[in-house]
Amino acid sequence: MDKHRILIVEDSPTMRQLLAFALKRLKDVDIVEAQDGMDGLRKVTSDHFDLALIDINMPVMDGLKLVSLIRGEDSIKDMPIVVVTTEGAKEDRERALALGANEYLTKPIQANKVLSVARSLLKIG
Amino acid sequence: MSKDGGGVFGRGEEFLKLFSRGAQFTKELMHENEKLRRQLVHVRMTQDSAAQNPDDWEKLRCELMGRIESLEVERDSALERLREVECENHDFATRYVEIEEENNALANLYVASFQLHSTLDLSEVLKIILEIVINLIGAETFAVYVVDEKTSRLEAVASEGEPLSHFPAVPTGSGIIGSCVTTGDTWCGDASGSDDMERPIACIPLRVEDQSLGAIAIYRLLQQKERFTPLDHELFTLLAGHAATAIFSSRLFANSERKLNTIQGFIDLLTK
Repeated sequence: MDKHRILIVEDSPTMRQLLAFALKRLKDVDIVEAQDGMDGLRKVTSDHFDLALIDINMPVMDGLKLVSLIRGEDSIKDMPIVVVTTEGAKEDRERALALGANEYLTKPIQANKVLSVARSLLKIG
Repeated sequence: MSKDGGGVFGRGEEFLKLFSRGAQFTKELMHENEKLRRQLVHVRMTQDSAAQNPDDWEKLRCELMGRIESLEVERDSALERLREVECENHDFATRYVEIEEENNALANLYVASFQLHSTLDLSEVLKIILEIVINLIGAETFAVYVVDEKTSRLEAVASEGEPLSHFPAVPTGSGIIGSCVTTGDTWCGDASGSDDMERPIACIPLRVEDQSLGAIAIYRLLQQKERFTPLDHELFTLLAGHAATAIFSSRLFANSERKLNTIQGFIDLLTK
């Protein structure tokens, strides 16, 4: 069986490590990290991913811009996206979901919540 | 052969066929009759053995009552076992949740510790402390204070939520932050948020052995975070020790680099 490929787009190395740490508990996953929106866009357009976790506040290109670019690109528009952010306001959540994010997780994150969202979007038990 | 002779033979064959069918039917009837007779005998025998007299009935009733009782005991024991298993299952589920939480906490502590000791650059260490307090604790407004050895005052060297200039210098031993640094005890108050820069909602002293290096003062949590959790207190403890050690190490490293450069400069001067 092919591995599930997950892209983590996050400028904070601490968060990248924590998210990767949590997601590695899923079986057969391959985790790739990107340190800002532009890096994320490069990686997502040049390789196949089954899921992307994207931070909102990032240098170079923010996460919401990346979400809208992904949804506008035919070849990757159906990829599930989880937005992971410090922004807890209702309007931020609605904006991200309106742009096409599948899930919206606020920091501080809980590893089991990340896992359950990833399992559900990757459709694994 | 004459035409009449052929007709007689034909009728004779028909009669023979009819006769043999009749014989076959009679045989089947006899067989069916025998079968019914056997069934009748069996039913009679069952009736006879079931209860030939009231004593037999009583015996049979006792046997059945005994069987019912033993089945009821069996059922009660099965129900009891089911209850035990359900209880055990509940305990396992609770333990699973606890282990999940513990695992989550350990992951956070591991990542925080790993990141804090991943560099010897003071500005990087401060950046990592900010990341940990934002992402793992969920603070919106906070500052990292470091003791200025010349003035013995606590100066904010990194902050989030407000510019550095917004955080006043604090004398050690005075106010919440100063006392926290002097005593080495973490202070944690009401998590609802504070605009008074001298009254943080939590203050974590940064200490290496008995030496106070500074403190992290938290003034406001992220909107979605209502209160401090047990994990936050564990992170406070980790930060108190590991962040202080990371700051201390990076300062030592910067000093040794500076001294090395000075000595190298002298050596270069002398050997030229």
